[in-house]
Amino acid sequence: MSNRILALAAGLVASISLSMGAVAQQATITGAGASFPNPLYQKWGEAARSAINIQLNYQSVGSGAGQAQIRNRTVDFGASDAPMTAEQLQEHNLLQFPATMGSLVAIVNVPGVEDHKMRLTGEVLADIYLGKITKWNDPRLVEMNPGLSLPNLAIAPVYRADGSGTTFVWVSYLSAVSGDFKTRVGVGTSVRWPSGTGARGNEGVAGTVRNVRGAIGYVEHAYAMQNKLVTTQLRNRAGNYVEPTTAAFQAAAANADWTAPNFAASLIDTQGATSWPIVSPTFILLPRNPTDATRAQNVMKFFDWAFRSGDATATELDYIPVPEAVENAIRAAWATIQVDGKPVWPAN
Amino acid sequence: MPPSATLAPDAIAASGSPPGLRRGSASGAMGDAIFAAACRIAGLLVLALLGAIIIGLFIGGLPAFRAFGFGFVFSTEWDPVQEVFGAGVSIYGTVITAVLALVLAVPLAFGVAFYLTELAPAWLRRPVGTAVELLAAVPSIIYGMWGFFLIVPFMAQTVQPFVIDTLGELPLIGDLFAGPPFGTGIFTAALILAIMVLPFIAATMRDVFETVPAVYKESAYGLGCTQWEVVRSVVLPYTRISVVGGIMLGLGRALGETMAVTFVIGNANRISTSLFGPGNTIASVIALEFGESELGSLKLSALLALGFLLFVISFIVLAASRFLLRQRRKA
Repeated sequence: MSNRILALAAGLVASISLSMGAVAQQATITGAGASFPNPLYQKWGEAARSAINIQLNYQSVGSGAGQAQIRNRTVDFGASDAPMTAEQLQEHNLLQFPATMGSLVAIVNVPGVEDHKMRLTGEVLADIYLGKITKWNDPRLVEMNPGLSLPNLAIAPVYRADGSGTTFVWVSYLSAVSGDFKTRVGVGTSVRWPSGTGARGNEGVAGTVRNVRGAIGYVEHAYAMQNKLVTTQLRNRAGNYVEPTTAAFQAAAANADWTAPNFAASLIDTQGATSWPIVSPTFILLPRNPTDATRAQNVMKFFDWAFRSGDATATELDYIPVPEAVENAIRAAWATIQVDGKPVWPAN
Repeated sequence: MPPSATLAPDAIAASGSPPGLRRGSASGAMGDAIFAAACRIAGLLVLALLGAIIIGLFIGGLPAFRAFGFGFVFSTEWDPVQEVFGAGVSIYGTVITAVLALVLAVPLAFGVAFYLTELAPAWLRRPVGTAVELLAAVPSIIYGMWGFFLIVPFMAQTVQPFVIDTLGELPLIGDLFAGPPFGTGIFTAALILAIMVLPFIAATMRDVFETVPAVYKESAYGLGCTQWEVVRSVVLPYTRISVVGGIMLGLGRALGETMAVTFVIGNANRISTSLFGPGNTIASVIALEFGESELGSLKLSALLALGFLLFVISFIVLAASRFLLRQRRKA
């Protein structure tokens, strides 16, 4: 009997060392944070495993938790929808850069109104969410929608009840275009809403808007596309009504001021005749003083590969790739990540 | 060592000790001591664990209690941007949904228990009884999804427009049913909670109704009592304490229920006069806000303080039920 146990143990040891050997060939990197870019990071991770032999383990735990984890250095990189401030980055010795971009759209449930047909402005959206405009046949809405016959129906605003980066971007936009919204509500991942009802997650907002006649809500564009929700046009800074299309999102990305420190460019209400007004980058956070040079190098290798060969995947999933000039600036910024005074990137 | 060994007559004879005295006392006594100590530790561990949770929540919530003082409990503000937090709305939502749920569930549970013990044919008692127990085994997230995808649209498109157009127009009680028909809200949350606590209350009631000695009931029937009179004058007085216990069990579950309520309550930090208006509960606020609360922030502290308050509310409910039961026992 003891012989059999011995044999079993030997087999176990052999199989463990075998599987460890297999893992050792594949470099692993870990990341944690924002849930909004999670589908893209997972897809990139899958492709990177065979393309550059790097295995990504990304945990979609939320932007706040992602920031906390990279500050405590429990992961190789953090991910956050909202950029960190220059002081925070300095204090925790972090480098920040955008990995991809996404856009938000307004969704409505008004009888007789089809996709891309209703016209809205940021000021009107802010007043709807402040509870100042309460009927769909409000004179301001009727005036900007001459082609639609709007019913005498109560407006039911729906917002994200859980703290989320989506809400952060949405209220950033409403605060940018409406001084009243800025003073009464402000900007945060969750805020004090003066009217309406809350629902959990994109699916909760979409479900509630679908159920309630007269409802209006906000979701990521990708989510609206996949679920065939009724989206609206928005008036941009140049005064033109634009439809939520990939071209409009890319116009916004091209018109943003990427020279902002720490790449914290605002893509809210950008210039440009065809720009969509609510676009937002999502950020990656890297330690400037990594303890393990190889792992840090692998993280940069991964994003370098994603910038070079991941654009098609991003567009497929309705994300907006970072412009090429910005990608080159990001690669240049990686030179500040150093171990023992030597830059980790470029890899040699 | 098996205890029967000490009683074996040849063993006693062999050791020469007088009958009645235990053999092998050295290892036996030590075993007893170890076993007693292990049991004591297990018992005290529960107490220590409970204390540690309360203290942990209180310490975590201390910054919030310091910042807002006692007013934290009553303040209806919850503004993460300005960092002003208050528990008033969520305490109100927690209590009102739980109480409404009991108002809906207790008569129904009583009906189920009465039917199962007095009226149902014998062959039907087992399947219906098992179905009630299975209702208790459904995970709460299932109730949440079912509520969100079936009950909420039904409320939004059928029940609420009808009630708002009829009762909503009346003076005085009209305010209770006013507002846009979101489908979600305090009433829908209470409805889902009622379904969730129903099996606990019904199962307890059925079990205790069955403990009533048959001779009591038969005497009452012999005096010419109807079935209802037997239940009202014999079964209920005999089982009163356990029935209240079962209701308290349901109340305890309703107070702390998180996922199902989060799906259907509407999640707005407002006290609405309308039953159809959105609200929130302590548990739903914690579940929704925890993910995006930064370590060491005042918001996280406020959430922990909310957890502490939920603990206190549950404790008060339990203590009140004990007190009530003692009063009744004396009377």
